[in-house]
Amino acid sequence: MTLEPVMEVTVNDLKHLLSDRAAEGDTMLLNMGPQHPSTHGVLRLLLELDGEIVVNCIPDIGFLHTGIEKNMEAKTYIKAEVMTDRLDYLNTTGNNLVYVMAIEKLVGLDVPPRAEAIRVLIVELQRIASHLVWLGTHGLDLAAMSIFLYCFREREMILDILEMCGGQRMMTTYFRPGGLWRDTPVEFEAAVREFIRIFPKRVDEYEALLTRNPIFIDRTKGIGVIPKDKALEWGLTGPTLRGSGIDYDIRRAFPYAGYQDYEFDVPTEEGGDVYARYKVRMQEMRESLRIVQQALDNMPLGPVNSANRKFVPPPRSELGHSMEAVIHHFKLWTEGFEAPKASVYMPVESPRGELGVFLEGDGGPRPYRVHFRTPSFTNLQALPWLSEGHYVADLVAIIGSIDIVLGDVDR
Amino acid sequence: MNETLLLIIEWTIKGGLLAFGLATGFAYTTFYERKWAARLQIRIGPNRTGPGGWLQPAADGLKLFFKEEFTPANAYKFAFNLAPVLTMVPAIVIMAVIPWGTQIDFFGRIIPLGISNELNVGVLFLLSVASVSVYGIVLAGWSSNNKYAMLGGLRSTAQMISYELALGLSFIGPIMLAGSLNMAEIIRAQQQGVWYVVYLPLAAVVFYIAALAEVNRSPFDMPEAEQELTAGYHTEYSGMKFSLFFMGEYIKMIAVSAICATLFFGGFDGPFVNTYPLLGPLYLGIKIFISLGLMIWIRATMPRLRYDRLMAFGWKVMLPLSLFNVVWAAAVIVFFNVR
Repeated sequence: MTLEPVMEVTVNDLKHLLSDRAAEGDTMLLNMGPQHPSTHGVLRLLLELDGEIVVNCIPDIGFLHTGIEKNMEAKTYIKAEVMTDRLDYLNTTGNNLVYVMAIEKLVGLDVPPRAEAIRVLIVELQRIASHLVWLGTHGLDLAAMSIFLYCFREREMILDILEMCGGQRMMTTYFRPGGLWRDTPVEFEAAVREFIRIFPKRVDEYEALLTRNPIFIDRTKGIGVIPKDKALEWGLTGPTLRGSGIDYDIRRAFPYAGYQDYEFDVPTEEGGDVYARYKVRMQEMRESLRIVQQALDNMPLGPVNSANRKFVPPPRSELGHSMEAVIHHFKLWTEGFEAPKASVYMPVESPRGELGVFLEGDGGPRPYRVHFRTPSFTNLQALPWLSEGHYVADLVAIIGSIDIVLGDVDR
Repeated sequence: MNETLLLIIEWTIKGGLLAFGLATGFAYTTFYERKWAARLQIRIGPNRTGPGGWLQPAADGLKLFFKEEFTPANAYKFAFNLAPVLTMVPAIVIMAVIPWGTQIDFFGRIIPLGISNELNVGVLFLLSVASVSVYGIVLAGWSSNNKYAMLGGLRSTAQMISYELALGLSFIGPIMLAGSLNMAEIIRAQQQGVWYVVYLPLAAVVFYIAALAEVNRSPFDMPEAEQELTAGYHTEYSGMKFSLFFMGEYIKMIAVSAICATLFFGGFDGPFVNTYPLLGPLYLGIKIFISLGLMIWIRATMPRLRYDRLMAFGWKVMLPLSLFNVVWAAAVIVFFNVR
């Protein structure tokens, strides 16, 4: 018995995407992904190759489309928050942050200073964790195996801290509108101090493995160069933009969550290539650690939740003796709070770039529309022209350097 | 008549021992790699199968035996089946010319340790046989009817062309110093003087780098670059056919380590080896073990080179260096009166 191919696409069907040489059989079409070790998830690339040189690279996304944005419209504001964790699964608390801050902006809710400091601390730890996963997988893409395991060793410490706070390693949903789910536990400070103590040495260790490794430099310098003007033209953000020498970081340009009170540098590099983006992220890890240190040292005392009972459920202790608290509790957990008929846009700096949420309320307890402006999606658009004329081996390095998370791309 | 028969028996036993030793050696090289790489990567490595994980290679082998052998529909079957054999056999054959020791007195019969130690074109034999195995990779890549495999095959062709020359030229130094292509002679010359790594350190380095490329080890594992080409030339192979490629690679690692030891580190040479000839295989084994450890270490540390850079490196750096080594060897002969 011979198996008939279920679907066959000829070069003719794709000719609007390919160069003229493909029709003459001069170039080879290669399907890379969605099951491929180096496309960081389920990205599919249709490559047109001349030998091993990429003539055309056509990204095909949507393999991880989860309908999160649409689903959120069917849930109350609080219940929809758990879905934001699942967007960019390496930056879960960052997604929580942008969503709860959009709600706070929409309904005008105050956040106590202690909650803001803890938020900043957790988000910066998350940024380090995300960069560690990026570094590990980027190393793996270039076949530097060991760095992956070293990175995951430190990431494990951060995940332990997250678990300590939110009860979950990754999908924490720790931040809530008006504050946090609960205050940090007593072991928290010691765990973070231990991380602050260990981590600088560990970053030095990674840098010793890669930064001046001739093979690594050979594989990354001059590869996938993004010129300044093109970076702006394509709306790239985050380390991808800063690697092209543009000093733009939302944490400093439009401070939120009290970032104006912290002292940190925004590292930029001039090269615009894979190596420059690598250097930017390595320095960012150190800067994030500085912010963590400051947040921990200057941690204010006080409540971690707003006292506005219309939006924040009352603590358990009040339920026993206050009828009003019981009513608030009941209303919040059955119906949820209502948001005005208005729309807000709230951007934050995620590890990958500008993560924004557009939130529109219709006066009811559910959002009318939630839209995420995700950095991975925007940055991925640059891949076709970025990879043109490079080798397949470089393509893998370039994908790694723009640091996409497919959950973030597809939503 | 009697003498011929005895010789045949002797060779059969030695050949069997070598093949058996290499087969287990291959299995335990994979184990060594997994354990040692695990140590380097703060992992534990296999530790469930048998005491301390020591039966893991046997379990792996058993698994591969029982796996389905899958042949892609449009593969060219003859070449597809031939390719693993072509990769694996030369790797074992190379080992025939490597001496394991001097000779032992076995109930009055003098038995040289090694299969054909005194082959007068030993080094040439070794070079020519080693190059055959690249055909296996090219054929595998071409016959699989898979684009990834084909790219892997093409890469390995490019790699071979750029490395064979440097590899061949780095052999010349020891040959000049010993004045012979005979492997046993090269070792004897080193026993009388010093190990050639002292005279020819650069040649040893060039040889080692070229040998890494020859056996497709990291950082030159482009033909099977899993991050780019999924698994390169053996993408479509499974079961025993795949494990033949695997065996070929690891046995070749052992073989080039043995060659490196022979040419630059005195082969089986070591303290008291002339009094107790059976120490010879042990010393050779230790040298191979160290060299394998180095290969694994390099693999765990280094990123992979890009294949055009590898070719540039081969032609522009390695070849001039190895040519320089020839001159260096000549200078050593003149100034140190080696011969």
